[in-house]
Amino acid sequence: ESAEDVNMLRQSLRSVSAVRNAVKAQGSRAMSSYSLPSLPYDLGALEPVVNTEIMTLHHGKHHATYVANLNAAMEKYADAEAKKDVAAMIALQGAIKFNGGGHVNHSIFWTNLCSPKDAVAVGDASPELAKMIDAQWGSLDAFKTEFNTKTAAVQGSGWGWLGYDKTAKKLAIATCANQDPLSTTGLVPLLGIDVWEHAYYLQYKNVRPEYL
Amino acid sequence: LSNQTANQTGMRVSLEVCSRFSTIICLIVVIAQSSTSEVLAQNLELPKLPYDYDALEPHIDEQTMQIHHMKHHMAYLNTLNGALTALRADESTKHIAKMGVDKALQHLEEVPEALRGPLRNGGGGFVNHVLFWNSMTANGTKAPESSEPLGQALDAAFGSFMAFKDAFHDKATKVFGSGWAWLVYDHASAAVAVVTTPNQDSPTMQKGLTPLLGLDCWEHAYYLKYQNRRPDYVTAFWEVVNWEEVAKRYQAAVATAKSEL
Repeated sequence: ESAEDVNMLRQSLRSVSAVRNAVKAQGSRAMSSYSLPSLPYDLGALEPVVNTEIMTLHHGKHHATYVANLNAAMEKYADAEAKKDVAAMIALQGAIKFNGGGHVNHSIFWTNLCSPKDAVAVGDASPELAKMIDAQWGSLDAFKTEFNTKTAAVQGSGWGWLGYDKTAKKLAIATCANQDPLSTTGLVPLLGIDVWEHAYYLQYKNVRPEYL
Repeated sequence: LSNQTANQTGMRVSLEVCSRFSTIICLIVVIAQSSTSEVLAQNLELPKLPYDYDALEPHIDEQTMQIHHMKHHMAYLNTLNGALTALRADESTKHIAKMGVDKALQHLEEVPEALRGPLRNGGGGFVNHVLFWNSMTANGTKAPESSEPLGQALDAAFGSFMAFKDAFHDKATKVFGSGWAWLVYDHASAAVAVVTTPNQDSPTMQKGLTPLLGLDCWEHAYYLKYQNRRPDYVTAFWEVVNWEEVAKRYQAAVATAKSEL
């Protein structure tokens, strides 16, 4: 194998570990069985910002499909591992990254959201976080402007994130493609916004900036 | 911005000329200058759909066609025109803007980094959707027969037309995130094939691949009517395919490939 192949294999295996660890941290049971978490609110709770129809499909269909596909992929992976079939393991990495990432991302996403009437100012929820945002961006509004600009500019499907850089001890805004989890960037996910079209299209059509 | 600047420059030069010549000559010069500016501007325009917005009902709904064409396709066009304008403004990159979008997409490495994304996404988005609209027609047309050149090519590559449809359906439903499914003609192997591309990448980015038929698998292409049910959308797509157009493209691709030998 070329050095490139070995590097790719290393990277892929790192992604698989990342997904495994992240999903474990979500509190799932056995290695081969991931489950759809319940929403911490009713399907209509986020109206009028995100409507009931979107929440129903987004949670009950899209997230549910990631979970089902992740389970299927991990079962196949366990089989391949048992047989020491490295080629098969590699072939499954795409499906694990897509669906595992989808499961991780959406599990975080639901917990980031609440009914508009229950929303609490960031300064009240976490004075420390509010201080860091002000220190790095000047104000919450300035942070939101940068976040929204970068997230609106995501080409195709992806996510916008506020993450924490443990090494630099700083906050950072990042975007990821498809369902790549933020962990692939080394940042700790704090707040993510799904900008796959399924997250907003029924309500906002092509106007992603309005959704943000 | 460069349209306006070009016009103003044209006007300034013309006025200086006028101070030395008669009014009639001034007028001719002014008209010539402004039409040159218009030609230099060369912003691409959004082609109309070859049918009404509701023509593809009930398979693809009218509202989707309206938003897809007037908002999404238009946005790609605006991005593309922005990139082309910037390329034209620089002596070292002017030639890329003059190549035509399809060729320019094969020369992305020559494009300054800041413009590469906009050209790839806007240019790809623009040409992909033009091909997409032209690949469809109200109620579709008869599928290619095994006696026809395209039918023969599909049989040779897939075994049968049904097998081709299955292969296309499989690839189209499995596109992860945003992207397209294509029937292409591969010049090197002189065969048709089904491929997928991510985001707004076009098969034309690769020399020697000519797209014959494309299906937009971005969620905006089907979400209003089909929501998460992409397989239903892919199934419905077959009802509106304009196989005559696809066959024409196939013949043209085969001829081009032959002339390249």
